[in-house]
Amino acid sequence: MALKDITLGQYFPGNSLIHRLDPRSKLIFTVLFIVTIFLCKQLVSYGLVLVVLLILIGISRIQPKAYLKGLKPILFIVVFAAILNLFYTPGTPLWSLGIFTITREGLWKAGFMVLRILMLLACTLLLTYTTSPIVLTDGLERLLRPLKKVNFPVHELSMMMSIALRFIPNLIQETDKIIAAQKARGADFDTGNLMQKAKALIPILIPLFISSFRRAEELAVAMECRCYHGDEGRTRMRQLTMAGRDWVCILFSIALLAGVCVLRYFGL
Amino acid sequence: MSAIIKAENLTFSYPDEPAGHPPVLDNISLEIEAGSFVAILGHNGSGKSTLAKHINALLTPTQGKLWVDGLDTSDPDNLLDIRGKVGMVFQNPDNQIVASVVEEDVAFGPENMGVPPLEIRERVDRALKMVGMYDLREHAPHLLSGGQKQRVAIAGIIAMMPRCIVLDEATAMLDPVGRRETVDTIRTLNEKYGITVVLITHHMDEAAQAQRLIVMAGGKIIDDGPPKEVFQHVETLRASGLAVPETVALLYELRKSGLPVPLDALSDEECAAVLAGLLRP
Repeated sequence: MALKDITLGQYFPGNSLIHRLDPRSKLIFTVLFIVTIFLCKQLVSYGLVLVVLLILIGISRIQPKAYLKGLKPILFIVVFAAILNLFYTPGTPLWSLGIFTITREGLWKAGFMVLRILMLLACTLLLTYTTSPIVLTDGLERLLRPLKKVNFPVHELSMMMSIALRFIPNLIQETDKIIAAQKARGADFDTGNLMQKAKALIPILIPLFISSFRRAEELAVAMECRCYHGDEGRTRMRQLTMAGRDWVCILFSIALLAGVCVLRYFGL
Repeated sequence: MSAIIKAENLTFSYPDEPAGHPPVLDNISLEIEAGSFVAILGHNGSGKSTLAKHINALLTPTQGKLWVDGLDTSDPDNLLDIRGKVGMVFQNPDNQIVASVVEEDVAFGPENMGVPPLEIRERVDRALKMVGMYDLREHAPHLLSGGQKQRVAIAGIIAMMPRCIVLDEATAMLDPVGRRETVDTIRTLNEKYGITVVLITHHMDEAAQAQRLIVMAGGKIIDDGPPKEVFQHVETLRASGLAVPETVALLYELRKSGLPVPLDALSDEECAAVLAGLLRP
């Protein structure tokens, strides 16, 4: 099992302009950019957004190969969406064979759909590639802080997220160990039909669950020992500060959104 | 010197245990001096870890009292103060590291105590330098060795600036190198910085390095004194299922066969010197 290969919000350390941005402004930018992508209607707006995204990817100084690798897992969805749009859009027929008809509109729509999905993923990759998970959780906690007024457990949520991130490598190591131990006892994970394979996972999952609960309890005691008592009176070592570039980044994303709205109004 | 930890007739049993079952801790009275290095030795189930959990107010006495620096652990209002004064390092290095970056984890305690950000930074740097992990401050904990992880855990406690550190079998899951790293670190903390150390262990060689050795069995303290004295009580120790250091075991056998050797040679060198003295006519 290639458990070590999973990339979960993989971070590429660096010192580019985008790396140095405050996580809050990057989060705001990403959200506004996603809205912008959804507002694109025609070639001009798609082109504008694509150019902006490509420039940002360039500024991030992370190899384009990394982005391509990140886009690969959704290839299937992209192809699927393209085919659906290609054949199921009514309009001027260009080519047909039996029940299959490709229309001019379908061609455009499929192209836009592919572009939209790829850009959506690429802009989130841009965020996670340039921001370490721990900084990202921090940023999210600060951004959502106003929600605490309506009793939304912001701190608890971000603490859970950062602990989950912290323990992913440990759980992977543990899973590998359990698999090896069960194989040594003669367990067979590779043969049989889907049902049998699923059943074979039980001897992995049960020990994993039990040890996770034990871990959780030990961690809770250790946290208590270190005076953890929730959010109240807690300070942070790392302080987030919004610099000039962060305001520029936010203003730019608002401007881009407004620009695309205007283009949409004129049907471009 | 004054006592930082003081127990009086401390008795503890788990509430869900059937009546008539002997208590986990049975009427323990104890004083630990500030700045001392005390080892608590005992077999599994002797109550040594339960005692450690009382020092940090994770458990509170069923009967009797325990004071940490004059604060009663039974009073819930003292909880955070006590935990700021006594830090605890546990057995499994993985399950006590909270953050995914070394320095973030060390900062966790001071953050909870509400220390201002700039001071946290200073404390974290100082603590990491004290345990010799400063160069690895930006590493991910899961890439460190067991001994290194345990040193990070110790740094996380030091950054809270406690007066006392309790190590609850903190070396039990480590390889020999990691054990030596950990024990050397806590000895430095005790000798150079005057932090009281309570080392709970079942390794004789670690216990032998303490100034004072408390031996527990069946929830009671059965022996208490400097290691050189305690290890001479070979029969008492063996009766409670504990082995004595190999040097003492050897000298004990020699003495039983009638040779006039002392029993207090704990280190290999001391023992060798005694043997050399015997062989020389």
